[in-house]
Amino acid sequence: MDVPMSWMKEYAPVTADIKDFIEDITLSGSKVEGYTTVAGEIKNVVTGYIKEIVKHPDADKLVICTIDAGQGKDLTIVTGAPNVKVGDYVPVALDNSVIAGGKEIHTGELRGVVSEGMLCSVEELGFDRHDFPEAPEYGIYIFPEPVELGKDIVEVLDLKDEVVEYEITSNRPDCFSVLGIAREAAATYDIPFHYPEITVKEEAEGKAEDYVKVTIENAELCPRYVARVVKNVKIGPSPRWMRKRLRMAGVRPINNIVDITNYVMIEMGQPMHAFSIETIKDSHIIVRNAKEGETITTLDGVERNLDPSMLVIADPEKAVAIAGVMGGENSMIVEGSQAVLFESANFDGPNVRITAKKVGLRTDASSKFEKGLDPNLALEAVNRAVQLVELLGAGEVVPGVVDEYPNKREPWELSYNPAWINKFLGTDISEEEMQKIFEKIELKVDPVNHIVTVPTFRPDLEAQADLAEEIARFYGYNKIEATLASGTPTVGKKTYEQTITSLVKDTVIADGLCEAMTYSFESPKVFDKLLIPADSDLRKAIVISNPLGEDFSIMRTVSFNGILNSLATNYNRRNESAGLFEVAKVYIPKELPLKELPHEIPTLTMGMYGNMDFYDLKGIMEHLMNVLGMGKVAEYVTEKSLPWMHPGRTASVIVNGDNIGYLGEVHPAVLKNYGIGTRAYLAVLDMEKVVANANREVVYQALPKYPAITRDIAMLVKEDVTVKEIADIIKKNGGAYLEEVKLFDVYQGAQIEAGYKSVAYSIAFRSAEKTLADTDIADAMDAILKGLAEELDAQLRDK
Amino acid sequence: MKDKLKLIQEKALAAFQEAKEIKDVDDLKVKFLGKKGELTAILKEMGKLSAEERPIIGQMANEVRQDIEKMLEESKKRLEAAELAHRLEKEKIDVTMPGKERPEGHKHPMSIVIDEICDIFKGMGYEVADGPEIEKDYYNFEALNIPANHPAKDEQDTFYINGDILLRTQTSPVQVRTMEKGKLPIRMVCPGAVYRSDEVDATHSPVFHQLEGMVIDKNVTMGDLKGALAVFAKELFGENTKVRFRPHHFPFTEPSAEMDVTCFACGGEGCRVCKGEGYIELLGCGMVHPKVLKMSGIDPEEYSGFAFGMGLERVAMQRYGITDLRLLFENDAKFLKQF
Repeated sequence: MDVPMSWMKEYAPVTADIKDFIEDITLSGSKVEGYTTVAGEIKNVVTGYIKEIVKHPDADKLVICTIDAGQGKDLTIVTGAPNVKVGDYVPVALDNSVIAGGKEIHTGELRGVVSEGMLCSVEELGFDRHDFPEAPEYGIYIFPEPVELGKDIVEVLDLKDEVVEYEITSNRPDCFSVLGIAREAAATYDIPFHYPEITVKEEAEGKAEDYVKVTIENAELCPRYVARVVKNVKIGPSPRWMRKRLRMAGVRPINNIVDITNYVMIEMGQPMHAFSIETIKDSHIIVRNAKEGETITTLDGVERNLDPSMLVIADPEKAVAIAGVMGGENSMIVEGSQAVLFESANFDGPNVRITAKKVGLRTDASSKFEKGLDPNLALEAVNRAVQLVELLGAGEVVPGVVDEYPNKREPWELSYNPAWINKFLGTDISEEEMQKIFEKIELKVDPVNHIVTVPTFRPDLEAQADLAEEIARFYGYNKIEATLASGTPTVGKKTYEQTITSLVKDTVIADGLCEAMTYSFESPKVFDKLLIPADSDLRKAIVISNPLGEDFSIMRTVSFNGILNSLATNYNRRNESAGLFEVAKVYIPKELPLKELPHEIPTLTMGMYGNMDFYDLKGIMEHLMNVLGMGKVAEYVTEKSLPWMHPGRTASVIVNGDNIGYLGEVHPAVLKNYGIGTRAYLAVLDMEKVVANANREVVYQALPKYPAITRDIAMLVKEDVTVKEIADIIKKNGGAYLEEVKLFDVYQGAQIEAGYKSVAYSIAFRSAEKTLADTDIADAMDAILKGLAEELDAQLRDK
Repeated sequence: MKDKLKLIQEKALAAFQEAKEIKDVDDLKVKFLGKKGELTAILKEMGKLSAEERPIIGQMANEVRQDIEKMLEESKKRLEAAELAHRLEKEKIDVTMPGKERPEGHKHPMSIVIDEICDIFKGMGYEVADGPEIEKDYYNFEALNIPANHPAKDEQDTFYINGDILLRTQTSPVQVRTMEKGKLPIRMVCPGAVYRSDEVDATHSPVFHQLEGMVIDKNVTMGDLKGALAVFAKELFGENTKVRFRPHHFPFTEPSAEMDVTCFACGGEGCRVCKGEGYIELLGCGMVHPKVLKMSGIDPEEYSGFAFGMGLERVAMQRYGITDLRLLFENDAKFLKQF
């Protein structure tokens, strides 16, 4: 909301400097976004007088002017403008001046003639002919009357005003107006607030109800409709003061009638509309819901499709406006309109908002209505409008008002408890001061019974807490003493889940991975990219009904698409390697369409490529399992069922019989789909299962007193025997003293028969009671070797 | 014999002085003191001496032996020292060569900010809570005093799954869920992802992060709200940080405020970071609306409380001078390794 300071000061005579004012009004609750001066960047542009004009010797279209601009000497200025004559008073941009748009003007040469500045058009000063209708369509602005020479144009054209931009919160529709801001300013400085005196002479003959009849068919969506009639309308430009104010408030001046409606909207916050009565059939205004398939061409010339949820202003034949949004072309004021109907109505805020959204037309009017306006404003506003009609001589006001207002909104009472307010705010404000603050914002106070009467323009004041806010605002938020809550002590902590999650993140960061952040929604095409079969449950994703586009339309059911995309980004940017991880959720619906909230499963995803292989990733996984106390129980089982993974290079992670995730190499076809031109690796862990299986209980084990005895064995086995199978047999047959089974070599190649591999283990035995002798482990070793030979057909190699 | 001993002593002295390596010294040891050594040879002849001469020569031989042993020891030390010095000299390396690369992991800047803020509040006795991202309309809006058709609902450009279920537009529903558990007093913060249908650009993202906080107890005042948040701001931005509260509007708090902090870059003088204002908007806050308390089953006559919420991307971007929000979601290793 842009409010010119001069306009506001007419009603609240603030004297503070603009910078102080901005801070003060912001701290009392009307947040200022910034301010501009009307003059903008204009600098060093003065009034001047054309003493002489001669032709430019080398240019047909240029002339050389001798100018007296009060500079002590005459200036030579070259111009191409066709409209200047000797004796004209004109704006002169001197050497080193700035005109609209920040353009700097310096002395320069134009076809060999020195020009010591520039003569200006209104456009070059940042305006147009709506602001200065007397300005020529093309050419230099010429002052209609002689002016003192050398005077700053900013003063002569009265451009010294400031326009302040406010951010108005949705609970304060009353502040969407010059008067609303003025009321706040007056309360902020505790100065008088002058509401405009609204009187209408009503000099025309007849009565309004003779000219117009109003029927409200839907009083819920239109609580009030006020109409006044003006006869013998004289359409023309509105006076300069009005045009200037409109312009400052960001509205283009059009003509006196339209300008008046806009002026009242800005000043009072009540949108209005002016209809040409001749175009209203039977002079009968009907406020009704639109019909199925009905259309209207709005003032901007666009045909709009309507539906029955929308409210229209109509005559018995046709819609003439979309209520609260925009008037129709069929009823607009034109040159020659004789009688005008001023509509000042109240429409349901949410309905206007939805309608504006549906027809794709958010106007100044609709944005005001949608906040929910006070229906009591409508009458004052229409009276203000016709008062201005009389003031501008734009027509004759017909006596009387047509006012359909079935359910009048009355002021309401609220009780307050000063002690409660002080306790709530942590203040010690006297009852008298509270009363004073209430009165400043136009609440009527009954100080004995502690009751205030709330004016109808403050629907936000519903309960005592709202009153406490008013007290706090004008007492000063920053005067409330900051205290530290005493009360019952609480322990600040993370949950167990959060602790485990932190541990997981810290561990993989220590292992060299960088934390990533990806979107939780993605494209349904992801499933094809990941080779997920059409009948997979993973495709049963939750769909967003109004997504930003297909690419962001489903809630992810797999956690790694974002990480794969990020790996691709890194690959395409020629980063030699990348190791990323993320703990984020997947969203698994219990049923579709969604009836209850889905299962959101936090998931750890690690993805990497570069100078590495499967076992680098597995090392990280094992480290993580160790940190989480699952190292001893985690098993890694060949996993061939994940379509996006390399079937020969993927393992599931099984902990206590629970499949908690997997790790492996990404399927080459998937890598191709993502444009990753190198092997990449992926690990995924279900964090709920990790949390359930993590074991952070540590019980100290006594350090060994007696030395271990180790045996190294090497064997030949078929190449598809996994080392897990071998280790399992060793463990099974190792006896009571077996302490550790450690793989130390796997070899295939020269000296090894094709289809076989050599595998070497170091097996350690230890007793807590004694130093073991060879004889103590002989049986165990025999059993191990026998087991390997029988179950795996292993051939022991000499070692 | 005396002369012989003297001669051996002199020879030994010269030999040891000339020794260049430890090995030479060992050889000399054998040569002079070994079983077949020169001194031993002389001592073997001791038997031939008279009874008077024997002790004198014996003592002299002993002195020579000790002397040679001393020379041996000294030579050895000298040579060992020289050898060590030589080795140290020989072993010098170019210490300006780069170290061996270790895998280096980094936290995401958003996580750094989230963890830091949570730690501050944990220190003040707040629990860290969590809540669903796919949320019921009731928790995201209605229970927060944002009824159907409230303009605030539109302002927040919500992603809907269906009429009832949506992607939470704020972390505030976790307030309601915490209150509904009915365990009082409450001191909690909740960081998390939130969603609004903003097209992606340098300052907008349809997914971003907020942190929500809430305190509910008996006798909580607006002064307590100011106190808690002032402490938080000092912890986050430094001891000299000042805060300023401006009235604002949120449907679920009353009174509501926005809190500005003095610009961490210029300390309040006005600079590019704060656009000359001296202050930076940090968070929205207010006293929990009595209606909200009541809807969640808490008696507003007995309990009061405050709540606050802040956008975390902005905190991270301001802190690290990041000017494009999209960088946070691209996951370029060159970016992530800077934090």
